Amino acid sequence: MNLSTNSLGSSVKFRHFLSFIFKILSLLGLLLGLIVLLVLIGDLIRRGGDRLSIDFFTNFASRKADRAGILAAWVGTLWVMLITAVLTIVVGVSAAIYLEEYAPKNRATRLIELNILNLAAMPSILYGLLALGLFVHQMKLGSSLLTAGMTLSLLVLPVVIVASREALRSLPFTLKEASYALGATQFQTLVYHQIPAALSGIMTGVILALSRAIGETAPLITIGALTYIAFLPQSLMDSFTVLPIQLFNWLSRPQEEFHANAAAAGLVLLFLTFLLNGVAILIRIKARKNIKW
Amino acid sequence: MNSEESLKIDIQNLNFFYKTKQVLKNINLQMAEKKVTALMGPSGCGKTTLLRCLNLMHELIEETRAEGTVNLYPQKVNLLSDEMDPLWVRQRIGMVFQKPNPFPKSMYENVAYGLRLRGLKNKTELESRVEKALNQAGLWKEVSDRIHQPAFSLSGGQQQRLCIARALAVEPEVLLLDEPTSALDPISTAHIEEQLSEIKKHVTVIMVTHNLHQAARCSDETVFMLNGEVIEKGRSQKLFTNPQDQRTENYITGRFG
Ligand SMILES: Nc1ncnc2c1ncn2[C@@H]1O[C@H](COP(=O)(O)OP(=O)(O)OP(=O)(O)O)[C@@H](O)[C@H]1O
Ligand SMILES: [Mg+2]
Repeated sequence: MNLSTNSLGSSVKFRHFLSFIFKILSLLGLLLGLIVLLVLIGDLIRRGGDRLSIDFFTNFASRKADRAGILAAWVGTLWVMLITAVLTIVVGVSAAIYLEEYAPKNRATRLIELNILNLAAMPSILYGLLALGLFVHQMKLGSSLLTAGMTLSLLVLPVVIVASREALRSLPFTLKEASYALGATQFQTLVYHQIPAALSGIMTGVILALSRAIGETAPLITIGALTYIAFLPQSLMDSFTVLPIQLFNWLSRPQEEFHANAAAAGLVLLFLTFLLNGVAILIRIKARKNIKW
Repeated sequence: MNSEESLKIDIQNLNFFYKTKQVLKNINLQMAEKKVTALMGPSGCGKTTLLRCLNLMHELIEETRAEGTVNLYPQKVNLLSDEMDPLWVRQRIGMVFQKPNPFPKSMYENVAYGLRLRGLKNKTELESRVEKALNQAGLWKEVSDRIHQPAFSLSGGQQQRLCIARALAVEPEVLLLDEPTSALDPISTAHIEEQLSEIKKHVTVIMVTHNLHQAARCSDETVFMLNGEVIEKGRSQKLFTNPQDQRTENYITGRFG
C-alpha cells in the first residue's frame, strides 16, 4: 500500500479544490446580492430620478402628481424611527442585561429566552393587530406617532435583545473577574466594562433592527396610519404617515406619473436606510476605538 | 510564626467544593502580617482555589461551597460568614490572576479604576497614586511616557506588572498573587521579585509559585500542598533544606509532580 504518496497526495489536491470552489461560491453570492441592489437602485433612478427636487421634499402629498411631495412622509419616518430607536435601545438592552446578568438560570428563564427567539420570527402584521388592540383601543393612544414607535419597537425588540445578549455573553469571564476582584459592584462592572465592551455588538443588533423597522408598512397600516396628511406632527400624539405607506399609496394608483413619485420616494427610503446604517456604523467604530483588546 | 509577628489571616478547617467535588480538604493555615507566604504544589492541587476563597472570588462561580472560617486580623472577622460583604473583603484583599487580565482600556485607566470605584475624582491625586502604584510594580520607568495608550499594547510581562500595579493602587492589606511570573522571562521575573521585598513592607503577600527557587528566594514561609491538603508549612529556608515530610522532600527534589 502506498498510502503516503498517492492517496494522501490526491486528497490534498482535492481539499485545495474544495476550498477553491467554496471561495468562488461565496464570491458569486456576494456579487449576486450586489448586482440585484445596483439594478434596483438604477431602475429607481431611471424611473423616479427626475422627480427628486427641493419641492419634492417640501411639498405635502397632492392629487396632482407633479405637485405631490413627501414632506409629511419623511418627517413622519424620522419621528417614528427616533421613537423606535429610543424605546428599543432602552428596553432591549435592559432586558438583555437582566436576562444575561441578573436572571436566575432556571427553567422559567430558558422558556423566556426560547420565546424571544420565537417572537423574532413572528409576521409583522400580528404585531400590528396586537398594537391595534392594546395601544390604540385599550390604552387609547390612537393612531399616533407614539403608537407607531411602540409597535415597531415591539416588532424589533427580539432582534436587539438576542444580539445584545450574545454580545454580553461573548465577553471573556476574566473581564468581570478583574473588575470584581478590585471590589466593584455588579452595576459598576456593567457600566464601566461590560456594556462598553459589548457596545459594538449591541449596535450591530440595533442597526439590523432599525433597518427592518424603517421599511415596515403592514403593522402601521393596521394601527391606522394615514395615507394622506397635510400637516407636520407637533407632538407624540399626532397622526402621521411614513415613506413606505406613501410609496404604497402612489404605487396603487393607475396613473404613470404617480409611479414616478413612488420610485423617487423609494430612493429616499433607500437613502435613509443607508444613512441610518452609516450612523450606527460610526457609533460602532467609535465604540471600538475606546476598547482595545 | 514567631511571637513578635502579628497574625493577619487565620484559616481554620476550610473545605471547598465545586459542586460535589471536594477540592480543599480541611485546610488550617496562619499567615503573618507583612510577610510573603508561598503556596507550592503540583498542578491541580488547589492553590488557585485557596487564593480565590480568600477574597471570595469563588462566589462568582456557580455551585461552589466554602465551609470553615477564614479570619482576617486585626478586624477579626470571618470572611466566609454569610453576612460578609464581598465588596468589603475585596477592597482589602487584592488579587492578581494567573493570566494577565488588563481591562481593554488605557494603562492609566487600568490602574486608576480601583481608585475611581472608591470615589476618588481629584485628578492630581489620581495621577500621583497611579504613578506610585506603577513604581511599586516596577513598571513606571518603562511606560511613564505612554500611560494613556492601550494596556494591550504591553508585553505579557508588562501586562502582569500592570495588573499588580492595579491591585496595589488601592492599598490593600493583603495581596494574592497567582503565579505572577509563570509567563515571564527571567528579567521580568527578577523585576517582580525585587519589587516584592518593597511591597511586603506594607502588604501581606500570599503567592502561588511553581518555581522552587522563587519560593526560596522571595518568601518568608512556604506551604506545600498536595491533593487539596496542606502537607507542610514552615520557614522557607528550613522547608527547602530540611523538609519534615517525605512527600515534600520528594516534590522539592523532583521525584514527582
Ligand atoms: N470552575 C471549576 N469547576 C470545577 N472544578 C474546578 C474548577 N476550577 C478548578 N477546578 C478543579 O479544582 C482543582 C484545583 O484547581 P486549582 O485551579 O485550584 O489548581 P491549582 O493548584 O491552581 O493548579 P495549577 O498549578 O495548574 O494552576 C482541580 O482539580 C480543578 O480541576
Ligand atoms: Mg492555579
